[in-house]
Amino acid sequence: MNFEIDYLALAPELVIVATLLAVFTLDLLLPRPKKYWTATVAVAGTALAAMPLIILAVEGGTRSMFDGSFVVDEFALVLKGLFIVAAYLVLLLSHHYIESERFYQGEYYFLLLVSVLGSMMMASARDLIILFIALELTTGPLYLLAGWRKGDVKSNEASLKYFILGVLSTAILLWGMSLLYGLTGEITFSGIAAATSGMAGEPAVVVAVLFVIVGFAFKIAAAPFHFWAPDTYEGAPTPVTAYLSVNSKAAGFVAMLLVMYLALPDLSGIWAPALWLLAALSMTLGNLSAIRQSNIVRLLAYSSVAQAGFMLVPFAAAAVAGSDLEEGFSATVIYLVIYAVMNLGAFACVIAAANRTGTGEIDGWAGLGRLDARLGLLIGIFFFSLAGIPPLAGWFAKFAMFRSVILAGGTATVVLAIIAAVNVVIAFYYYSRVIKAVWLDDPPEPASDHVAVPPSVSLRLALLISAGLTVAIGFYPTIATFVADASRVIAQAAGG
Amino acid sequence: MEWFDSWGLTLIVFLPLAGALLLGLVPGDKEDILKRGALLVTLAAFGLSLVLIWLFEFGGGTYNTYQFEVNESWIGAINANYHLGVDGISLPLLVLSTFVMVLAVIYSWNHWEEPYNPKAFLILMLILATGMNGTFVALDLVLFFIFFEIVLLPMYFMIGVWGDRTPRKIPGFAKEIETRLYASIKFFLFTLFGSAFMLLGFLALYFKSGEFGERTFDIVQLTELGAMGSFTGTFAFLVFGAMFLGFAVKVPMWPFHTWLPDAHTAAPTVGSVLLAAILLKLGSYAFIRISIPILPEEAANWAPAIAILAVIGIIYGSLACLAQTDMKRLIAFSSVGHMGFVMLGIATLTDIGINAAIIGMVAHGLITGLLFFLAGSMSHRYHTREMDRLGGNMKLMPVMGGILAFTAMASLGLPGLAGFWGEFMALVGSYNPLDGLPLGVFRTSMVLGAIGTVLTAGYMLYMLQKVNLGEPKAEWDGHEFHDVDRWEMTAWVPLIILIVVIGVYPKIIFESTTDTVVSLIDTVFGSDVTASISSGG
Repeated sequence: MNFEIDYLALAPELVIVATLLAVFTLDLLLPRPKKYWTATVAVAGTALAAMPLIILAVEGGTRSMFDGSFVVDEFALVLKGLFIVAAYLVLLLSHHYIESERFYQGEYYFLLLVSVLGSMMMASARDLIILFIALELTTGPLYLLAGWRKGDVKSNEASLKYFILGVLSTAILLWGMSLLYGLTGEITFSGIAAATSGMAGEPAVVVAVLFVIVGFAFKIAAAPFHFWAPDTYEGAPTPVTAYLSVNSKAAGFVAMLLVMYLALPDLSGIWAPALWLLAALSMTLGNLSAIRQSNIVRLLAYSSVAQAGFMLVPFAAAAVAGSDLEEGFSATVIYLVIYAVMNLGAFACVIAAANRTGTGEIDGWAGLGRLDARLGLLIGIFFFSLAGIPPLAGWFAKFAMFRSVILAGGTATVVLAIIAAVNVVIAFYYYSRVIKAVWLDDPPEPASDHVAVPPSVSLRLALLISAGLTVAIGFYPTIATFVADASRVIAQAAGG
Repeated sequence: MEWFDSWGLTLIVFLPLAGALLLGLVPGDKEDILKRGALLVTLAAFGLSLVLIWLFEFGGGTYNTYQFEVNESWIGAINANYHLGVDGISLPLLVLSTFVMVLAVIYSWNHWEEPYNPKAFLILMLILATGMNGTFVALDLVLFFIFFEIVLLPMYFMIGVWGDRTPRKIPGFAKEIETRLYASIKFFLFTLFGSAFMLLGFLALYFKSGEFGERTFDIVQLTELGAMGSFTGTFAFLVFGAMFLGFAVKVPMWPFHTWLPDAHTAAPTVGSVLLAAILLKLGSYAFIRISIPILPEEAANWAPAIAILAVIGIIYGSLACLAQTDMKRLIAFSSVGHMGFVMLGIATLTDIGINAAIIGMVAHGLITGLLFFLAGSMSHRYHTREMDRLGGNMKLMPVMGGILAFTAMASLGLPGLAGFWGEFMALVGSYNPLDGLPLGVFRTSMVLGAIGTVLTAGYMLYMLQKVNLGEPKAEWDGHEFHDVDRWEMTAWVPLIILIVVIGVYPKIIFESTTDTVVSLIDTVFGSDVTASISSGG
């Protein structure tokens, strides 16, 4: 056993831990009117956590600790970078929202940072226990945060639904994991991979793998395990919803892919068809349900279910076809990164537009583009990007997806590609409904009596960053493809 | 002019986009600055495309060699490059695109539809220009795809925001909805559906090319592979089919045309003009640039089917025209017919046929563009497009009526005007298609196409009679109609001149296209086949 600790490798997480402790302490000491300092510290600390990441990236190489249970390689760094950027954006979104609604500020930032810590650990987890702790660390605080609008029944409902289903899924996942441990006697991914290579036919293994998949499917809100998502998303405070739909979904995805790819590569005969089904159902059910939504957050909730389906497509296709998982894996990760940027931007727009119009109903946004052209333009950018229309970032995500599917070849994948192609069209239809309301519909007569709240500085910054990235990746996707290169590192780990 | 060799095309493509960004910084109430800025940018792009003609080396070059090439790495991970270039086939279309754009800006000077907002409209026009110019010069499939799709966004907004506001009952919907809303989303969904499959086709080619070297999206390299017979069998059949869906929706070919009448009718005047004049050409151009050279064998397999669909389009479009009461919708349906001739020309896979297709595209761009200008200006004055309420236009607005009569004559293919060559040569080409194609199908197509020309004359004359001739209706008594104004004149006269010039001297197009097209047929179908036919070109 080797218990030497590489502090540089742990530095990003340590900075976050220090920040969240500082937030917690400050919250105790500061008088109520000065609580906004907690937000400043949280934002600064998150930005600071990026520094060791950059140092690690420059130094390069793979750092492994605790007998290979905790690994910092390029792949982990890229994902940690993603989690930090996304967390930074969510903090910017939260700043004004949390302050103006007189929520408990200190606790809010504390809990959010705990969740960020969990997601960052996830990227490095290479055994079942660390993975599980990271996953629970990510989702646990969110049960509380979803119910942060205490006076609102919907928020209570959101929290309760999320909690009950979250705990249920945790139990299912844990049971699957314990079966895996019992069958193999191993907790590290590489150990499990070695031990399960000849076990494909055993019923207990099938049960274990399926339970693990179902557990993760709840976490990433893939259909048919997505029913909690729309209600939770709608009731939770909007910045928390943004976090749920991006960071926590991404963390779940990373966990699932790591387990499938590193721990169970030889059992793809079991999980590949299951993922194929999850992908097809998520795309189709998510999109078809989204068409009927009138509330923007519910629309985005179903859209994120559908997007989860698109994200699963490359990995599922590669696994079903029995071709190189590496390509599928990197396409899924590219999709995840681009999705994170544009979806956070979309939620930033939701907050800004709700401030402007006083409503989250799509019809209530009628004529918004004519009242506030800049906001209208941003809404156009993010929603067209989500729909995958060039030259915005989303096109490359869809492109990478289709590319890896075609590469995989085989009948089952071609069917999946066609389902995805049809779904791209359906998805465009409901995203364009938002655009239609904002740009094509006439402003209401007489004008709504809502007093428009101008976007705060932090919200503007969040919009600027995400819009800049969305347009830049769209025109020059090479910015995003380094993610693909980084994720190949893990392929070598799996191969060697 | 060294710099122009490497930067010329990039400037022509991205100057409008840069202009759009700059216009974005000008406050919306500074209308004069906005309009002059847009005019300046489009004039500059047009000027550069004239320089391009000046420096272009005509004749000689074999197919698949391009001039003014740029080839830089763009998305390294998938080997997609920023590869632009122009040859004899794309040159006329690129010039057409920059030229019509200038006229569109001039026309829009004092023609703004509700809800006004010239700033947004001009910005959308400039973005559109980038997409259209880019599609004609892109030599990389991914780049092509991006430009092909970029045009959707501005056109969606043009139709959706400035389009026709009359409520309409749509079968299957309980509520009446405004035409513009229905038409814009229909336009987008149809094209998106096609292009999703087109993209799958491109990707399949990309991976297949990996079997012969590095995987590539490069049209030049794929054309070389195609000429060597690398893509055959079921694979090629499916790929051609997938790309066919994408291109055929854009053209549009029957039965994928149903978005077109709605989109054209609902779009604001300038939008209709740009749709008809340039957007429709993107699909047919893609057949010539991508489908035929890369998948020649499949092109031959699919050719009879394309010919049949094209002829159905010709006949169906013409008959549908005869049933219209709305003048703009009639012109829209006439596009289905005219693009049918273009596709018939392409389907023959001969140099005559493809030459016919290109001159047909240019002519249709000029003539139908002008027709939509006229329809827009007339409905601007009469506030209706119902032909039953119009009539006696010659007496109310003699100049406008005269131009309308001239354009309708050009559209029905009167010899001596631009529209004649495309139709005539497409029919000549289909008498004698590429060796090996079923003669029966093509000769039948020729006869039916010829009947189509008669029907075309029929509906154009029917429109003229309804709109131009007779006595003005009683409801217009006492109305003062302002005949053609100077902005309209400035936008239309260049079109009229070109229609006549191309009509009497088509060589100005063929000078550019013939050598390239002959060489294209040579390269991909073998020289022995074409030797017998090319004497007629």
